[in-house]
Amino acid sequence: MELQAVMMAAGGGSRMTDLTYNTPKAMLPVGNRPLIWYPLNLLERVGFEEVIVITTKEVQKMMSTDLKLKMDVKMKLDFVCIPEDEDMGTADALRHIQPKIKTDILVLSCDVITDVALHEVVDLFRAHDATLAMLMSKAHEFTETVPGQKGKKKAAEQRDFVGVDQSGKRVLFMANEVDLEDGLSIRKSILNKHPRMLIKTGLVDAHLYCMKKAVVDFLTDNKSISSVRGELVPYLVRKQFSKARSSPKPKDDTDEQSQTKSDNSPNNELLISSRDDRLLQLAQERSCWNDHHGDMSEAYHGGKLRCYVHIMDQGLCYRVNTIAAYIEANRLVPKLLFEEPAVHPSAVISERCQMGSDSMIGALCHIADKTSIKRSTIGSSTTVKEKVRVTNSIIMHGVTVEEGCNIQGSVICSNAVIGRGSDLKYCLVGCGQRIEDAAERTNEVIVGTDQLMEI
Amino acid sequence: MRLHFCKDQLLLTRLQSETRESASRGRNTFCVPLALTGSEAASGMMADKVETDESDKKAEIERSKSEGKELTKEEKQRLRKEKKQQKKNKEKKDDATKPDGSSVPPSQKAPSSVPAAGADATATSDKAVKSKVELKAERRPRHDSDRSSKQGKKRESSQQQAASAAKPKVPPSELQPVVKRLPEHVQVDDPDVVKKLAKKLERQQIPLRSDYGYKVSLFSHLHQYSRKAPLTQQVGIPSSVIHPAIVRLGLQYSQGIVAGSNARSVALLHAFKQVIRDYTTPPNEELARDLVNRLKPYISFLNQCRPLSASMGNAIKYIKKEISNIPNHCKEDEAKSKLLNCIDCYIDEKIVLAAKAVAEIAIGKISDGDVILVYGCSSLVNHILYEAFNMGRKFRVIVVDSRPRLEGREALRRLVQHGISCTYILISVVSYILPEVSKVLVGAHALLANGYMMSRVGTSQIALVAKAFNVPVLVCCETYKFCERVQTDSFVSNELDDPDNLIVTRKGKTQLAHWQEVRSLGLLNLVYDVTPPDFVDAVITELGMIPCTSVPVVLRVKSVDQ
Repeated sequence: MELQAVMMAAGGGSRMTDLTYNTPKAMLPVGNRPLIWYPLNLLERVGFEEVIVITTKEVQKMMSTDLKLKMDVKMKLDFVCIPEDEDMGTADALRHIQPKIKTDILVLSCDVITDVALHEVVDLFRAHDATLAMLMSKAHEFTETVPGQKGKKKAAEQRDFVGVDQSGKRVLFMANEVDLEDGLSIRKSILNKHPRMLIKTGLVDAHLYCMKKAVVDFLTDNKSISSVRGELVPYLVRKQFSKARSSPKPKDDTDEQSQTKSDNSPNNELLISSRDDRLLQLAQERSCWNDHHGDMSEAYHGGKLRCYVHIMDQGLCYRVNTIAAYIEANRLVPKLLFEEPAVHPSAVISERCQMGSDSMIGALCHIADKTSIKRSTIGSSTTVKEKVRVTNSIIMHGVTVEEGCNIQGSVICSNAVIGRGSDLKYCLVGCGQRIEDAAERTNEVIVGTDQLMEI
Repeated sequence: MRLHFCKDQLLLTRLQSETRESASRGRNTFCVPLALTGSEAASGMMADKVETDESDKKAEIERSKSEGKELTKEEKQRLRKEKKQQKKNKEKKDDATKPDGSSVPPSQKAPSSVPAAGADATATSDKAVKSKVELKAERRPRHDSDRSSKQGKKRESSQQQAASAAKPKVPPSELQPVVKRLPEHVQVDDPDVVKKLAKKLERQQIPLRSDYGYKVSLFSHLHQYSRKAPLTQQVGIPSSVIHPAIVRLGLQYSQGIVAGSNARSVALLHAFKQVIRDYTTPPNEELARDLVNRLKPYISFLNQCRPLSASMGNAIKYIKKEISNIPNHCKEDEAKSKLLNCIDCYIDEKIVLAAKAVAEIAIGKISDGDVILVYGCSSLVNHILYEAFNMGRKFRVIVVDSRPRLEGREALRRLVQHGISCTYILISVVSYILPEVSKVLVGAHALLANGYMMSRVGTSQIALVAKAFNVPVLVCCETYKFCERVQTDSFVSNELDDPDNLIVTRKGKTQLAHWQEVRSLGLLNLVYDVTPPDFVDAVITELGMIPCTSVPVVLRVKSVDQ
């Protein structure tokens, strides 16, 4: 087997607590499907047959009862539950499942919605025998107004600086603005090897990584690394250019490891040598290919650790981890799902309802007369009474919207009840909330009091 | 030629034993007319005339036979001759019906007769071949009707003839345009062949790679793929049908990461080692047969990624032979370790040790004060130069390079890193630099059975110019690259690389960016060319320094050994 897929679905959605305090992030409905369906669909389309899903017990229960998942996802899902109270980072989770990992892995986050041609990322991984291959995309500005946000969004909160080489494929440098206090410093040795470096800031990391098995083994030895994106990836990118200590030959493995247990971190990756290193070496020597020109060093500058990135400039790639991203994703998802009709066949829609073509109606909905639904997503089992105007909004499952309401640019979470004649503009209504009749709210986050106390 | 006579003598003895009693006299008299027909066939038109004559005389002879008269000596000769012709035609027809359609045999005959004739494959000879083909097509129905009347008698002898004709491949093609089955990759403009290939790939569950862009008409019979459309798009990501090592290898081939005849063969054998290691015999199957069948789709896949080289073909033949020679009683682990050992031995013997032997012999030819011209980046030539430098010879090297591959840069880097003083030029100025050069050392992709050498495009140019300047050209080639194919021109079988590689951006301007929109423009990116043996002074192999024309001898000795 070539690659094992690992899906990280235990995240809490810390940047959109208003949406996730009742529903785990993995099960948030986007376009009337749970969020986790999108990466699972991507894997299935490409040809994976089984996925290891790392998640919490709650999510596992919800996933096993969800109809959409059961019907559409034909892959074998191998659930690994991690206890909820422990604060496990993504790298900790990988360490947890290390016994299950038999080959190289493809790590995905549950909140990535993309239509990337996955072979582009995996080809980089295969062709160059890379240790890490990742996916990034040009970030798009979110144009929709986010409900409940007061004031303009601060743009430069946590920029990522990614340095790539001339071809745009090899990652030379990766740091987050938070970690850089004085400024961006780049080692001279890197510039000697790659004189032309492009530093990009407007990129979204899709949290999709192809990693060698040796990296997981390395994690088991180094328990200090707890997050893949925050710590492991920058570490690997830095280690590409670390001075090669006398790389031990495969025979001296056992001696080396017994002596230098504490500091054998680079050795593990360098010792990814397969049993036929000699033949691979011979083939590389005889091959007349080099990845760079102009200096006297061999292909890859003799480095064994290589990190590659595929930067998408066309196509969708969203990470749904903020409310703005969530809204944007809902807007664009209908374009992604072309096989399914926008209106679920079991929804009951009366004839005098005006429905825009870019709206999505879920199963078992009741839409009454004289309603107007434009650019919105309505979840399953929702009841919308007469004379309601829904524009630019996301209504989740089990919501009841009484007559005469006007909902604009809002997010209504599941099982909420909107009273008669209310007028909601750019509001976020939490789960199970009840909006009284004739309420007029603008730009507010309406959540329960228990939620407020949690924060 | 001698082999050819022997075969016909066998035939004749059989014929004679059937029809008449005295053999010895007939044999001698037969040799002469057959030789005449051989040379006539080579020029092309006469063979057809002979056939028409024979068919007329055949009717006459039949008549006289039925009348019970004793046939005259000439009539006997004619009878024998045209019986033999008919048998050959019938065998041709049998071969022709195996590949699809009757349109294939004429087109097959045309390319195979071109190398047999030894003519240049220019447009004029194409026209001459075509007219011959038309005549043949006319005559075919007439021959068919004649032949059907003689089916019963001929069947038994034709089987024996087919068996004997399979063995000496080269001699019959010199004589007459025998229909050989042409490989698929030189028949891309024939839709039937393409359909057959698609069916075969579908059976093996390998995706079909589609051709890209407009192909220059002279080369429209070859595949042309784009580097931006890799085959892995259609292969599922955790590839289950194709072993991951093979997918990786195919990707590296198509992107040019593993390039060069030796490198490709070593990488191929390395991937096969991994396949063998991961292989488990399914129940009720024999390892010998099943493993060979398992390798076939992988080889098709690699062929789709990049056409196989001659050295790779030989390596594959060797492995298949080794696998099928595994005895039944051998346990799986034992068999696998034996195969892995064989592969290691093959690489050590044929590549590593051969390189050492070639270097030893070549160093004898390099003297102090030499100026050596090399072209492109040949791993063997580089090895020779390293060894010569290490032994203390004082020489300097001129590296010739050409677009779009610019492999000379890599050769330059390696030689300079080793300490050899080098000059770097582009191929366009090679005639200005040749007065300084004392010898030319080139590597080969394959050496063909008629003494021609196939190498990177540009090598034949250099050999030509060097010949004009009386500079000796030495070709360095290991014997495992010797190939039984026969080719005299660079058109029949070649490789077309991605035409977009020819596009270059200088100062922000890309002139050829929209070349596809210009109807009358075609980009041609050839990879190989064929050098005639007249321009090559010696071939340095691990068996010694041999002339180009001794390649068939080496091949014969090798096949006798095996």
